[in-house]
Amino acid sequence: MASVPISEDNRFGLRRQARLAGPLRLSSGAQLGPVDIAYETYGRMNADKSNVILICHALTGDQYVASDHPVTGKPGWWWRLVGEGKPVDPARHFIVCSNVIGSCMGSSGPASLDPVTGDPHAMRFPVLTIADMVRAQALLLDHLGVDRLSAVIGGSMGGMQALTWPTLFPDRVESCVVIASTARHSAQNIAFHEVGRQAIMADPHWRGGDYYADGQAPMAGLAVARMAAHITYLSEAGLTEKFGRRLQGRDAKTFGFDADFQVESYLRHQGLSFVERFDANSYLYITRAMDYYDIAEDHGGSLAKAFTATSARFCLVSFDTDWLYPTAESRIIVHALNASGAQASFVELSSPFGHDAFLLECPELNRVVDGFLRGGRA
Amino acid sequence: MSETLRPDLALIARTVRQGARVLDVGCGDGALMAAMRDSSQVDARGLELDGSNVAAAVGRGLSVVQGDADTDLTYYPDASFDYAILSQTLQTTRRPDKVVEELLRIGRQAFVSFPNFAHWRGRLSLMWGGRMPVTRLLPDTWYDTLNIHHVTVDDFRALVKERGWTIDGQWFLKGDKETTHANANLFAEHAVFLLRK
Repeated sequence: MASVPISEDNRFGLRRQARLAGPLRLSSGAQLGPVDIAYETYGRMNADKSNVILICHALTGDQYVASDHPVTGKPGWWWRLVGEGKPVDPARHFIVCSNVIGSCMGSSGPASLDPVTGDPHAMRFPVLTIADMVRAQALLLDHLGVDRLSAVIGGSMGGMQALTWPTLFPDRVESCVVIASTARHSAQNIAFHEVGRQAIMADPHWRGGDYYADGQAPMAGLAVARMAAHITYLSEAGLTEKFGRRLQGRDAKTFGFDADFQVESYLRHQGLSFVERFDANSYLYITRAMDYYDIAEDHGGSLAKAFTATSARFCLVSFDTDWLYPTAESRIIVHALNASGAQASFVELSSPFGHDAFLLECPELNRVVDGFLRGGRA
Repeated sequence: MSETLRPDLALIARTVRQGARVLDVGCGDGALMAAMRDSSQVDARGLELDGSNVAAAVGRGLSVVQGDADTDLTYYPDASFDYAILSQTLQTTRRPDKVVEELLRIGRQAFVSFPNFAHWRGRLSLMWGGRMPVTRLLPDTWYDTLNIHHVTVDDFRALVKERGWTIDGQWFLKGDKETTHANANLFAEHAVFLLRK
């Protein structure tokens, strides 16, 4: 099949950034513009533009879905699903992954500069929703010349964006893969996020969010936020298997408050490595967007109504040890899709890894996603 | 797809109308759905309890939801399918009568197939051996079988009559061959009913 010649088109490729005029009208009523979006594309758009897949990232994710991370040097965060020979394959698909607005990897967010004042927006940045992130992605697709998505795929907060896509743009999405996610943030989800935000805001270096100039970010607060959140991404069985009550680099308890236990040392490491790559204010904004997320609320309280306008196919996957977005949340979506007559598939997969399972080795996940994506071409 | 269908499934696949909307309850790995999709352009959806079966069915491009016939049919709207199919699942449900009621609410017609517990082999096994039958069609022992509501052809007919359902078709199988309606309760290994409310 003939391809659009893209080699000389600088809109396509790795480490791209676009400044889109906007303005983007946000859920809050505020306007955002211009809108910067950092993104990557992989593969080539075919002539009839029918092979486009949008990948949506999670809370602390980024656009580096299938290429090495510029800060950590680690391979793309979803290399198990996206790449040569994988279910989402640049040899067959044109793949787009963009950094959500509100984040800190090149898209407009609290750390980016206010074009009027030249200073970072900090807490003057407007509060966002998941729907706003999706609207920004739609702007980017306009810029790339993409009318319709063959598929939108995401896990966790990425799943929230994927599920929101057909509700906002029913005619622009052919299929939708929602992994380890939900149609609304639960009280427990909001509660954990509030712990994280309070940890950041209690750090004296946070200073109302205006910490960019003095080089002293609220790293301790952000690290604690990450540690608390990280626990919710794992499972008790997984933690027990990985660490048990084993001590860290010592033979006996110290009767002090050092990281005696391996699990403490592990969490501290998670917290410290996170602050090197993430902005504390972005963490506040993105967790807030997730808390405000409730698709039914935006459709008169009926989740089924959200999907009546779309003919998209849906595939939902949950994991049996995920207690952050448990299987029951996916079932709520499935029941709504059944009620709306949508084509829906759903499976609960087994994994010891809790919520994080969607990022880890899971051959059945690949099989399900691959079959679902190919099923659309049958 | 050159997969050989189980005889009751092949019969159902032959009978559904071209292009019909079908819900297959207890669809297993989707063999029937795939056959109907490929041969009759049927718009098939599935419901299946077992996760690895669901993964296999979705892996072949089918729309299948993991769920339980006893609890999850309530989420499907009235008359949203031309046919609802329940093949060899009736006897594993907690309330078979309520499941069939749901099938007839969701589908304009319903196929129900089940192994006939009154087949003469089973009767002999009970009568002479005094033991619950373990046969080719009922291969599990009483303690590990998934079949918790054994049913006979006559039992099912009695239920249909009691509820006032209409039988639009009935087929009886012995091995992979159709057999006569006469004495089906004694000679049929398998029954397939097509019902309407």
